[in-house]
Amino acid sequence: MEYLIGIQGPDYVLVAADNVAASSIIQMKHDYDKMFKLSEKILLLCVGEAGDTVQFAEYIQKNVQLYKMRNGYELSPSAAANFTRKNLADYLRSRTPYHVNLLLAGHDESDGPGLFYMDYMASLAKAPFAAHGYGAFLTLSILDRYYRPDLSRDEAVELLRKCVEELNKRFILNLPSFNVRLIDKDGIHDMEKITLTAK
Amino acid sequence: TQLLTIVNGVGTLISFRNINYWLGFRANRGFLRTSRFRPPNHALTVQRPFPLSHGTTTLGFIFQGGVIAAADTRASAGGLVACPAVHKITPIHSHLVVTSSGSGADCMLWERILIREIRLYELRHKRRLSIRASAKLLSFMLHPFKGTDVSDPLSPNSGPQVIYVCSDGARLQGDIISVGSGSPYAYGVLDGGLSWGLSKEEAISLAREAVFRATHRDAYSGNNVDLFHIDAQGWIQRPREDLKEEYYRELERRSKRRREKKKRDTIESS
Repeated sequence: MEYLIGIQGPDYVLVAADNVAASSIIQMKHDYDKMFKLSEKILLLCVGEAGDTVQFAEYIQKNVQLYKMRNGYELSPSAAANFTRKNLADYLRSRTPYHVNLLLAGHDESDGPGLFYMDYMASLAKAPFAAHGYGAFLTLSILDRYYRPDLSRDEAVELLRKCVEELNKRFILNLPSFNVRLIDKDGIHDMEKITLTAK
Repeated sequence: TQLLTIVNGVGTLISFRNINYWLGFRANRGFLRTSRFRPPNHALTVQRPFPLSHGTTTLGFIFQGGVIAAADTRASAGGLVACPAVHKITPIHSHLVVTSSGSGADCMLWERILIREIRLYELRHKRRLSIRASAKLLSFMLHPFKGTDVSDPLSPNSGPQVIYVCSDGARLQGDIISVGSGSPYAYGVLDGGLSWGLSKEEAISLAREAVFRATHRDAYSGNNVDLFHIDAQGWIQRPREDLKEEYYRELERRSKRRREKKKRDTIESS
């Protein structure tokens, strides 16, 4: 039902998420933001079971900020991703596992841009592009075909737009609009929302 | 515990007398772990002795004159109307109202707990808890009880807001929220007729219409409609209205329209 996508470029990461908050068959909100800002240059995109997403993402968010307060410097994206995965893994075999699928996107001064794919089984993979949700089945092949490591920002947005058009054409559910954000060495930038009218 | 304070040039070191406590605190797996408060009973799903249903229609929306909260008054247990005159909307304080749907017992319990917690906060901190904070408090209190069926659209007003809180931990702020088995029907009426600039009377009649249509189609909603209007001065409860009367008024209107249409057709054809 929900869709997340991330594309890593040479010095940026582009991420997008749909805007629908649904409860069984009803769209309760059309402008719901699924991205959580962990620090100035790290975004966590979180989908999954209703309450788990917000609870888990806010828990990670507050702990990353606590680290900065305690130690004076921020966690790198890779460290934040591993911390998140560790928490997922710890809760996995407890009585209350978190059923959430995540994309963590960030820019590090030394390592450059990074996109991390995590899923509810606490797997972690650093990937050049990734997607979550049923929409991923439709769009991963498009990403496979057109992705290059040296995509410019406009080309990446164009690739994202291609994916969203495919969803609009073939996906059974209506996902009318998508939040788009770009992370580079200057921080997180809000980009223009992608809105498609129904075909 | 005795506090020992050592001041050095860089900063202040405070150590507890009981050093084991300190080591235990730090040695916990990952220092970031200790910041989590884990509630005692963390049930994944609770086995229920009999099937419950969310038989209800409740709705809340914001407009220029504040917030309207409306709900039906039927409590159903499977196919039985357990009580035809239940209060599903409860005022928490002068500017906050909670509508409830789901298990009636759970809702009543959580309303009382929420009233208590908000009042305690007010007494302790000498100021009222904000609306979003109240919703967050409720959702965090509900999270350990994931698997039970409670959902509460809160309709408060400091700057009008409607927030939906669900027992599985979800928390959504929106302009129009409707919860319960009759909610799709209510959404159908609300989405078409609602705009920000409605007058108070129009908004109230829209809410009443939405609940009426939902109770007409949904078997588990019905009997009367409760309406609350909340503005900057506080909440006002409208007298409870029987939807049976509304149904007969609707029948009256339809037959009148049909008669007038027939009259017009005969005049035009002649």
